Amino acid sequence: MSRQPFTPDQYKELVHKLTPPSRMLRGYWRAFWVGGLICCVGQALTLWAEQLNLGEITAPMFTTSVLVFVGTTLTGLGVYDVIGKYAGAGSAIPVTGFANSVAAPAIEFQREGAIMGVGARLFTLAGPVLAYGIASSVAVGIVYWLLRGWVL
Amino acid sequence: MDTVWLFVKAFVVGGLICDIGQLLIMNTKLTNARILVLFVTGGVLLTALGLYKPLVDFAGAGATVPLTGFGYSLAMGAIEAVNRYGFWGAFVGGISRTAAGITAAIVFGLLNALIFKPHAKP
Repeated sequence: MSRQPFTPDQYKELVHKLTPPSRMLRGYWRAFWVGGLICCVGQALTLWAEQLNLGEITAPMFTTSVLVFVGTTLTGLGVYDVIGKYAGAGSAIPVTGFANSVAAPAIEFQREGAIMGVGARLFTLAGPVLAYGIASSVAVGIVYWLLRGWVL
Repeated sequence: MDTVWLFVKAFVVGGLICDIGQLLIMNTKLTNARILVLFVTGGVLLTALGLYKPLVDFAGAGATVPLTGFGYSLAMGAIEAVNRYGFWGAFVGGISRTAAGITAAIVFGLLNALIFKPHAKP
């Protein structure tokens, strides 16, 4: 039998077809419980912020900053990669995953120097996220400003 | 009991939002970066349409901790700043409301790169 050359696309399709459904379910379950758990940590931090009498504006800042700190520290210790391998999107989608995407390339590219290594690589993933997130928020603000002017 | 319910809601809603990401990872060829961008801009859009705020009111951290919640803060910030400063608020609100998270990520990311050495990938 001659060897069939596969294109990467065909190969991916084949892998997808041959992956047993139980493994797909396992992926969803892992993402679900890890992601849910991280959100529960965020909820606990929010309740703690209320105890500390942080206001409506500062409480979310507290919650986010602590989660980001935990995310970057676990990345530095090499723990977050292990969690990520297990949980997939469950660890990538929460804000701790954003923190991981900032810290991980910065640590990895240390040898390229403090400026173009660490300094620039901090934004390998955060750059696109911030660029499109901020740009779309400006668009929303302008549209809201226009509508408010016309409608009210 | 109310507190338990709060955590159940955060757990289930947060978990489900992550599963949407898992669906995209397993069934599409989207890269991680594209999925993160999609979640943030999706959060901005849903907030602008008034669909995300009810979810935040319902699920608390379950809706604000995933990256769609980052988009929610960006959009809410822009809208509130327009109410306050007029047109130029659109250029202020997004970043100012999310400043703590962004700054924390940059500063702690930087500190981490100074303290820790690269690890072998698991």
